Amino acid sequence: MALQQLSQTADLLSEASRAKIDMWLKKYPAEQQRSAVIPALHIVQEQNQGWLTTELLDAVADYLALPKIAVYEVANFYSMFELSPVGRHKICVCSSISCMLCDNESIMQHLEKRLGIKMDETTQDGKFTLKRVECLAACRNAPVLQIGHQYHENLTPEKIDAILDGLE
Amino acid sequence: MVKIEIDGKQVEAEPGSMIIEVADREGVHIPRFCYHRKLSIAANCRMCIVEVEKMGKPVPACATPVTDGMCVFTKSEKARASQKAVMEFLLINHPLDCPICDQGGECELQDVSLGFGQDISRFAEGKRAVKDKNLGPLVATDMTRCIHCTRCVRFGQEIAGVPELGLIGRGENTEIGMYIEHSMASELSGNIIDLCPVGALTSKPFRFAARAWELRAHASIAAHDCVGSNIYLHTRCSEIMRAVPNDNEAINETWISDRDRYSYQGFASDERVTRPLLRKEGKWQDADWQTAFQVTVDSLKKVIAEHGADQVGVILSPNATLEEHYLLQKLARALDCHNIDHRLRETDFSDQASLSQYPSLGMPITKLEKQDMIFLLGANIQHEQPLLGHRVRKASLQGANVTALSVMQHAYNFSLNSQQVVHPTAFVNALAAITKAAYQHANVQVPAHIAAVLETIDVDVTAQQIAEQLKDADKASIILGNTALYHPQAAYVRTLAHALAQQTGASVGTVSDGANSAGACLAGSLPHRGPAGITQNNTGLDTQAMFAAGLKAYVLFNVEPELDCANPGVASEAVAKADFVVAMNPYNAGILAQYGNVILPIVPVSETSGTFINIEGIWQHFAAATVAQGQARPGWKVLRVLGNLLEIEGFNYVSSQEVCDEIREIINTQNFTSADNEHMLVRLETASSETLWRITQWPIYRVDNVVRRAPALQAAASSGGPAAVHFNRHLADKLQLTDGDTAIVKQGDEQIRLKVAVNNAIPNHCALVPGGFSETANLLDSFAELTIVRS
Repeated sequence: MALQQLSQTADLLSEASRAKIDMWLKKYPAEQQRSAVIPALHIVQEQNQGWLTTELLDAVADYLALPKIAVYEVANFYSMFELSPVGRHKICVCSSISCMLCDNESIMQHLEKRLGIKMDETTQDGKFTLKRVECLAACRNAPVLQIGHQYHENLTPEKIDAILDGLE
Repeated sequence: MVKIEIDGKQVEAEPGSMIIEVADREGVHIPRFCYHRKLSIAANCRMCIVEVEKMGKPVPACATPVTDGMCVFTKSEKARASQKAVMEFLLINHPLDCPICDQGGECELQDVSLGFGQDISRFAEGKRAVKDKNLGPLVATDMTRCIHCTRCVRFGQEIAGVPELGLIGRGENTEIGMYIEHSMASELSGNIIDLCPVGALTSKPFRFAARAWELRAHASIAAHDCVGSNIYLHTRCSEIMRAVPNDNEAINETWISDRDRYSYQGFASDERVTRPLLRKEGKWQDADWQTAFQVTVDSLKKVIAEHGADQVGVILSPNATLEEHYLLQKLARALDCHNIDHRLRETDFSDQASLSQYPSLGMPITKLEKQDMIFLLGANIQHEQPLLGHRVRKASLQGANVTALSVMQHAYNFSLNSQQVVHPTAFVNALAAITKAAYQHANVQVPAHIAAVLETIDVDVTAQQIAEQLKDADKASIILGNTALYHPQAAYVRTLAHALAQQTGASVGTVSDGANSAGACLAGSLPHRGPAGITQNNTGLDTQAMFAAGLKAYVLFNVEPELDCANPGVASEAVAKADFVVAMNPYNAGILAQYGNVILPIVPVSETSGTFINIEGIWQHFAAATVAQGQARPGWKVLRVLGNLLEIEGFNYVSSQEVCDEIREIINTQNFTSADNEHMLVRLETASSETLWRITQWPIYRVDNVVRRAPALQAAASSGGPAAVHFNRHLADKLQLTDGDTAIVKQGDEQIRLKVAVNNAIPNHCALVPGGFSETANLLDSFAELTIVRS
């Protein structure tokens, strides 16, 4: 049965995605292939404009020969996996203790005002999503935010304007 | 062994075992929610926290292995304080809704909180609420009550083998759910109700129907498969309210199948007959027992006087009790009628004289999980006997090689080493190839009785591999399932399987129909053998021959011919044309309601005492859980009176136990000449595997008259309904049919219209038409040619 489903869902994953997942699969012992689920979800999320559809989750489950629910659990647990559409640029603002002490509140307020949306919302044009996240592990340079793979540290409202202006 | 001390008591324990296991064995109670002896250890509820000397912090008893000299305190001040603190946290989000909770009164959380909870909650903040999930018609949810013990999640992964539930979300937002809602597909899903320590998962059909303390538990035996799971039937007043498992490690461990759990609904069906019925001028009329008995006796005597006793056919359900089988065959044989059978769906009886005394697994049920190799021969074991399927799964998880040969792909919940799916006409040849390979491999002369068949067979690589694996395995078992038994060349299948087993050192298990095929055989419910399997001087007709011959009279016991038998079209016609048909049935429906002459209302298993003999040969007695409804009476009593009225000697039993004792006496004193399973096989003319053939399965919830009347099971995801004709995409394209279309399905002169279900589990040139549905009751043989055309 698994084989049948595989043929139906595997083509949802792009060839490039499958190649990348295969690379990760090699890094884990043969009997622990399920460990590749987190990298696989990252890869597939990137393939699909930053978010994961249920069909894609199923495709990952089939590709890794995992029960669907095992992939749903992981995708629901980690906040870096998006299960609904997000903007082209996902702005993750740290809300943990160090950033809080360094006034991340004003950072968030500035972002909300500038983009005209609240935290955890997406702009009408689909360009930006604001997201409140837990500690980004860059406390020494708080307040911090993350866009894509890029960290931006020691934030001020002026610095944020410059960052946003620089984005497509 | 290590020595440890629990609460000052010196005990010995297996090194590596957990504190809680040792405490349980020693009768020291430690509270727990997530720990369950049949599931993996999660240690996430923390309720079983205990104090261990020289360990700084209290530790969870379920996840702390014992070590030599360990001193455990389960009731010390520190342990108690920790347990109470955990309890307080567990109750933070738990609603205080016990008065409206179905679990109230039988709730582990309620019980433990009585001992470890506080009177007053210190938690003044808002409690969280969780949306309920729809898990289908069997399990009701109240997810706000969930304490995230994850027993249900682990059950799905580890026992059911169908991981459907999971922990979705994180932290305070964690919920148990499926993410994408669907009906649970596992045939063991109901067990999560028993596992759930709170009222989050409860029985949907039982919801709000009764309180635990209003119920009386009656030990009984599940009556739908040859495992004979031990159950309790819970009654309130005289009504059966639900069924729950009764632990028996040797048979069902602590589980029961959904079929055994929810079939009780069938006992209360509207179609129950509660007074004798006589047909007068074409219409059913109520009658008293005396009249009904008199009409039955007179009519049978008349048929026998006019046409002879061989014009009477006696057919019993394999679900009838040992006592019922024995009494009816005794009655029939006393009338010189030898047409007695209980094998409703089998069609090839040519080897019956060489078969063993009764169908058996060939080993204790508990040994099945210890096999190194299990060869499933036409067995959809998970659906046929869910708890044997569970044992096979356990074997598979422990590394056993499970190999299948079948006529369609079955969705097993264990992984197969290899699976061969063949056209039904190629089934015997595929087995013959393996058998031949085994003899070739050992370089041994093929025994004479199978030589003719093997002569023309070509051995392929797959056959060689399977033969070698069977030979190499220390403990190998060949399991004959429904397809093997119902196959039109079942004699070949059985004989070859035994020959293969003999050569490879494997054992053979025959998993039979119904709850009591073994009992039926031992009671003498066979045309060629009497009680204890003693060969009779006169051999009567088998079920198929009885119907095909169109006898003058039929005595049907707990059988619905058009739903239970292999050739429903022929069976229905025989019933319709007979001069006299008496049905001893709990229900009045279908073809018998249409053409029967007398209905003697007997009770289902819940209302009678009796004995079932399971696949292991274990005799399991049970008492009635409740009183007989209306004027319906236990089958053995009806048969006893019938025996008296027919003036047959030796029918003065006062209890079913007395009947059972008589059977035991016969079995103990008579010698069964051992079976050789060496039926002489002639060369097989193989039909083309390019012609379209019907394959038939009785879906899990269509196997007998009781389960067919359980609405919750009929609505379940794995019910196999509604009736449809299943074939693969290839054939669908050829016929230009697709899912949901209507097709005309023809067998001989019979034709029916059925919905199409495209199903790639079916091999080429085959169509699955399920049995047990009134929609398919006009068709003929289970495995035979058929034609399908667009409607």
